[in-house]
Amino acid sequence: MAEILFELAGISKSYPGVRALDDVSLRVRRGEVLGLIGENGAGKSTLMRVLGGVIAPSEGVIRIGGNDHARMTVSEATQAGIAFVHQELNLFENLEVAANVFIGREMLGGGPLKLVDNAKMRARVTPLLERLGADFAPETLVDNLSIAERQMVEIAKALSIDARVIIMDEPTSSLTISETERLLEVIADLKAHGIAVIYISHRLGEIMTCADRVVVLRDGRTVGELARDELSHAAMIRLMIGRDLKSLYTPPQRSPQPGGCNIVGLVTSAFPDRQIDLSVRHGEILGLAGLVGAGRTSLARAAFGIDPLLGGEIRIDDAPIRVASPSDAIRQGIYLVPEDRKKSGLVLELPVRENVTLASLLNYARMWLVSGADERKVAKEQVRRLSIKAPSIDMEVVTLSGGNQQKVVLGKWLSMQPRVMFFDEPTRGIDVGAKSEIYALMRELADQGVAIVMISSDMEEVIGVSDRVAVMHEGSVSGVLERPQFSEYNVLRLAMGQALETVEAAAP
Amino acid sequence: MIKKELGLGVLLVVISAITGAINPAFLSLVNLLNMANLIGLFGVFALGEGLVIITGGIDLSLGAMFALLGVVFIDLLTTYEIPWPFALLAVLLGGLTLGGIQGFLITRLKMQPFIVTLCGLLIYRGAARYYTSDSTRGFGYGDEAGALSNIASGNVAGIPNTFILLIILALILGVLLHRSVYGRWLYAVGKNEEAARFSGINTNVVIATAYIISGGLAGVSTVLFVFYTNSVSPSSFGNFYELYAIAAAVLGGCSLRGGEGSILGIVLGTALLQVLQNLVNILGIPNSLNFAVMGTVILLGVLADHQLQARRRRKLALAGLARTAPSSMLVQGQHGASPRGADALPARTGDQA
Repeated sequence: MAEILFELAGISKSYPGVRALDDVSLRVRRGEVLGLIGENGAGKSTLMRVLGGVIAPSEGVIRIGGNDHARMTVSEATQAGIAFVHQELNLFENLEVAANVFIGREMLGGGPLKLVDNAKMRARVTPLLERLGADFAPETLVDNLSIAERQMVEIAKALSIDARVIIMDEPTSSLTISETERLLEVIADLKAHGIAVIYISHRLGEIMTCADRVVVLRDGRTVGELARDELSHAAMIRLMIGRDLKSLYTPPQRSPQPGGCNIVGLVTSAFPDRQIDLSVRHGEILGLAGLVGAGRTSLARAAFGIDPLLGGEIRIDDAPIRVASPSDAIRQGIYLVPEDRKKSGLVLELPVRENVTLASLLNYARMWLVSGADERKVAKEQVRRLSIKAPSIDMEVVTLSGGNQQKVVLGKWLSMQPRVMFFDEPTRGIDVGAKSEIYALMRELADQGVAIVMISSDMEEVIGVSDRVAVMHEGSVSGVLERPQFSEYNVLRLAMGQALETVEAAAP
Repeated sequence: MIKKELGLGVLLVVISAITGAINPAFLSLVNLLNMANLIGLFGVFALGEGLVIITGGIDLSLGAMFALLGVVFIDLLTTYEIPWPFALLAVLLGGLTLGGIQGFLITRLKMQPFIVTLCGLLIYRGAARYYTSDSTRGFGYGDEAGALSNIASGNVAGIPNTFILLIILALILGVLLHRSVYGRWLYAVGKNEEAARFSGINTNVVIATAYIISGGLAGVSTVLFVFYTNSVSPSSFGNFYELYAIAAAVLGGCSLRGGEGSILGIVLGTALLQVLQNLVNILGIPNSLNFAVMGTVILLGVLADHQLQARRRRKLALAGLARTAPSSMLVQGQHGASPRGADALPARTGDQA
């Protein structure tokens, strides 16, 4: 067995009212890839923050090189060779690659003046980038790099401090498939050089590919550990949620009705030379799959009037409609639940009530004066209907959990009359319970005759929730799958721009 | 949020009481009415500035606008002998137009409010000085606008009309900001413009309207100031007045980040500033320290407010944490017998066996 780099023993962390970590123990050996999985809120991030010295555990011991620490500081963690590749990348876009790698420990020259020695830093970074197979120069501005390339900068930074453990938190959530493969190769290379990697991800396929061992957290506790030969999707999912995952699919109560929303030859500014044709019927949930950057969000933004339509038209029940602004779209009953609810969906500092009525306020006003009673009634109704857990409708949205925040966004639209609804990554960052509630709600809306387009990068969600799946590739729809054709394989083929093989082969 | 205004009101009363105790002249009727007049004069355009600040913007051009509109106003009355209702209308329209242009540049051409209104400041001031060849304009001996002059600088039962006008405008804008759909949109846009846009709000119109209202109120203020001083010297008329308005708004609880503030707060902020100025005179503090006193009080006020808010946020965060605890318990309990609300879950497993 390889040498143990560090060990966490009996770590607990309590906040007032919450036990975020409960007696967690973890060992990391030299040159191993440790998969760390668990639902949101299971305690992964807290555990990693303990490891990085950002927060102190309430109980337990951190053992590094034979020394016991009750807690570590960030600099102690760094000295111990622990490095992070953050989920939200912590880079300075306005600085060049080399400056980012050496941020806070700049190499100095110029004698007594102690000026920053850019040339020396660049020279140090070049071999690191080469080793990672990166094809950008150390003097490139980070602003000009893709997310995958920025990750390489973070890894280069880790290598530059001679990290022995690199913690990667959801490193592939915004990467394309080829970039993900590239990252997995880099991880294999790190491993070969004796560097341990803690790989936190929701993407079980990647965990299966790269992990030597998987530790599963649930509700702040270690609920299981799987060795390489015990790894399977089912085993991991069972441990994560403590139950077998049944199919999410609830079939519609009645078959989709004729009519619906037809998008014909739509051109968005993201892909000015591509056209999108898509139709979604009343009463169905159309999953919209594709790689990140395939133009799905641009489609939703254009249909909702946020971005201009460069061509084509949108018809509802064969009547062409004009969407030049979100208010046009809303008037037509086209609503969008945006990808980033904190940025685009909610005004976090306003109360639940004001967020729910934000889009429909004129309906509760006479002569532009808001009727408080009507407004409260509507807000309460939505809170009840969506079972939003908030102490009161006057509570600021920022204090709610992610799932409840998302329900407030839904409440905003459901207080009106939806005809076509776009959900962009509706369950991102939401716990399991709230997820199921949102799926149930989408189905309920569909059964009421709403045409639903659900953009999702979560394969399980796309396959489990949709009645049909349309797949986008580089700005246009590359194929539409009916339920019998649903498979991860088929969706991925279309997402990568390949045709389905044959109907027989595609539906095993 | 009413707490903030209450705190400001208490501060106002305490400072007044202390000043009055040291020098009773502070509380004499003459002094109080004089202050009321100044509060009215400086409050009207502070209201507009407050709206602009709530959008997350700023209007630096107000003082220069007074100079430009002021010389035009006097010229229309004296040189061109236009009846005062038309001259008044021209000045109001002028203010609305300048506000509209600034609003257009900021929303449609996406320029930064600071830059647009700073350039406005320079341009209006320059235009006023060029237009008059840098000479002071005043009324002749005739009564070009006797009626309007009486309204603008008169009083009802001793209470200055400027103060009465401020109260009326504050009531109207108070309803607009705190009760109307527009007001709600203004706060939403100030806090999160993107989310407001995603909710179908025409954010450009909402923001531009704030600048137009600010311009219009600048027009009103121009007329009030012209009759207060009876002349306009284009290089100094209204100098720095926009800073008084910004100070009043910030003191009154508006955040320069946008989305915060109230009409009552702005009025109280204006009142506090005038009380401070007056106190400097009354207590025999060297007049040169005037600005320093004002600056110190604003600094302390905003600092105290920050501390209070940080404490409130910590409390909220703790309350939020405490609430997420039971919900994670619920998730864990789902494979148990009958979790609450499980009927809503399509992926139930308990009864599959």
